[in-house]
Amino acid sequence: MSALPTPAPARTKTPRLAAIVSVTAAIALPLGLFCVILFATPLLQPALLDGFIRERLHRDPATWYWRDGVYTVALLVLAFVFANFAAIFSGILSWWERRVAGRIQSRIGPNRAGVGGFLVWIADAVKLILKEDLVPAEADQMLFRAAPYFVMVGFILTFVVLPFGESIAVSDMNVGLFFITSITALVVVGILLSGWSSNSKWALFGGMRSAAQVVSYEIPAGLAIMVPVLMAGTLSMQGIIRAQGGLPWQWFIFRNPAAFALFFIFFTSQLAEANRTPFDLPEAESELVAGYLSEYSGFRFALFFLVEWGNLWTMSAIAVTIFLGGWQIPFVPNELYAQLKGTGFPPLAWWGLEAASMLVFAAKTMVLVNVVVWLRWTLPRIRVDQMMSLCWKYLVPVSFACFLFTLLWQIAVAAVPALETAMGVGLTAVSVVLAVLFARQTHRNITAIGDRVDLSNW
Amino acid sequence: MGFQFGAVLAFTVVAIAFAAGGLTIGRLVRPNIPGADKAAIYECGERPIGSAWFNFNPRFYLIALVFVVFEVDIALTFPVVAVYRAWVSHGAATAWVAFSELLLFTLILVVGLVWVWRHGDLEWVKKVETDESAPNGQPSSLAASKRAA
Repeated sequence: MSALPTPAPARTKTPRLAAIVSVTAAIALPLGLFCVILFATPLLQPALLDGFIRERLHRDPATWYWRDGVYTVALLVLAFVFANFAAIFSGILSWWERRVAGRIQSRIGPNRAGVGGFLVWIADAVKLILKEDLVPAEADQMLFRAAPYFVMVGFILTFVVLPFGESIAVSDMNVGLFFITSITALVVVGILLSGWSSNSKWALFGGMRSAAQVVSYEIPAGLAIMVPVLMAGTLSMQGIIRAQGGLPWQWFIFRNPAAFALFFIFFTSQLAEANRTPFDLPEAESELVAGYLSEYSGFRFALFFLVEWGNLWTMSAIAVTIFLGGWQIPFVPNELYAQLKGTGFPPLAWWGLEAASMLVFAAKTMVLVNVVVWLRWTLPRIRVDQMMSLCWKYLVPVSFACFLFTLLWQIAVAAVPALETAMGVGLTAVSVVLAVLFARQTHRNITAIGDRVDLSNW
Repeated sequence: MGFQFGAVLAFTVVAIAFAAGGLTIGRLVRPNIPGADKAAIYECGERPIGSAWFNFNPRFYLIALVFVVFEVDIALTFPVVAVYRAWVSHGAATAWVAFSELLLFTLILVVGLVWVWRHGDLEWVKKVETDESAPNGQPSSLAASKRAA
C-alpha cells in the first residue's frame, strides 16, 4: 500500500479584498467615530456656536431670530452622531462577544465574513433589514409596532448626559444622574408593551418576568447611585467625575468602604436591568423560547438587540463615571483644562488633553464591557425566584445599610479629611492584593488539570 | 437650560427617526408575502390554544406596587442627598440635622421593606396550604389566611 501523501489541510485564505475591507473597517470605524465625537461635541456647544454666529455670520446671537435654528441643527447633528455610535458599537460588540464566546467555549466563532469574521455584524444588519417584517394577525398591531420605539428612545436618550471626556458630553445637566434613572424606565415600558401586545404566552411571561426584574433591580441601583451623589454633592455627571481624581485612591469606589460594596451591587443590578446573564431569564431560550421577543422578526427584532448590546456601553460608562473616576487623567488637575482652553477656538494642547481624557474613559469602559461579556460565558442562569430574593432580600437591605453608613462616613470625613485618603490607599492596596490572588488561583486551576493559557488560536 | 433640554428633544427625534428610517428602508427591499401560517402566534408548532390575554398570576403587580412605593421615596430622597454634602460642610449642627432627616426617611422605607417581607410578598414562589379535610385537597386559602392575620 503506497502511502498517499495526505494533502495538507487547505488553509482557508481570505480573499485579499475582504481582508483589506475588514481590517480597514475594524480600525477606521471606531477611530473615526471617536474622532467625530471628540471634535463635534465640544464645538457644537452654545458658547462656541454663539462665537460662530458673531464672527462668521456677523449677527448678535442674543437677538438673532435664527439662533435657535442653529442650535437645533447642531443638536440634531450630535444626536445623529451618537445614534450611529450606539448602533456601530453594538454591532462590533456583537461580533466581539461571539468571538470571545468561541474562545471561552473552545470553538471558533464567526470566521467567514472578512478577517476573523469581523464583517459578520454588517452582514447581520443587512440580513435583518432584508427579512420580512411579520406582525401576528392576533397581536395588538399598534402596540406591537410601537414597542421598539420606546426601547430605542429610552436607550438613545442616555447619551444626552453620558460623558466621553472632560468637555465631551452633549449636555452637562445638573440633574444628569437622575435623568438617566428616569429615562431608562422607558425601556421597561417597551418591554411590557412588546410582551403584552404579542398575544403570545411566551411573550407575555417573558415580558412580565422582565418587567418584574427590571423594576426590582431599580431599587438597589437607585440606592447605589445615591452614594456617589452623597460624596460629590451634585447630580451632574461631570460634577461627579470632577469630584474624583485620576489615581485609583482618588476614585469614589476606594474612598469609602460602603462605595466599594455598592459598586458591586450597582454592577449586579445593571446586569439585571440589561437582561444580561446570569439574569437573562426574560429571554431564557430553553424555557420561554425568546421571551418578549418571540413574535418579533427582521428589523424590529434588530432594534431590541441593538439596545441590548448598546446597553453594555451605557451601563459600563455609568459605573465608570460614578465609581471609577471617569475620564480623570492621573496628575492632571481639573483647572488645567480651563487654563488651556482660553476663549474662542481652543488650542491644540487642549484638544490633545481632551483626546487623552476620552482615551482613559473609553479604556476603563471597555474593561467593564469585557467583564460583562466574560460573565455571560462563565455563569449559569439563575432561577426566577432566586433572582427576586437576591434583589429584595440581599441587595436592597445591604444597600440601605451602605447608604446609612455613607451618611455617617461623610460626617466623619468632614471632621477628619485624612480618613478618606487613608481609606483610599488602603482599599486600593487590598484590591490589588485580591486581584493578584485571583489571577494566581485561576492560573493554578488551569495548570492543575494539565491545561495551559492559550491565546494562540485567536 | 434651553439647549440642554433641547438636546433631549433632538435625541428623541433622532431615535425615533433611526428606527422608523430603518423600517422604511427595509420596506422597500424586503419581501412581503403574507400567509395565515406566518401570521399565527408561535406556540411550539401547535395551533395556539386561546388568547394570551387571560387572567394570570398577579405576582408581578405586588412587585410593581412595592417598586412604585420605593421608587417614589428614592426620587424624593435624591434632592436631599444632593445637598447633603453642603449641609455637612456647613457645620456639625446642620450635619446632624441633615443626617437625622435622612435617617428618619430611610427608616420609614426599611420598616416598609420589613413589613412586605414578613407579609410574604417578596416570595416569588408562594406556598399553597392545602386543606387536608377538604375533598381533593383543594387549596383552601392561598396564604390569605396569613394575610388576614
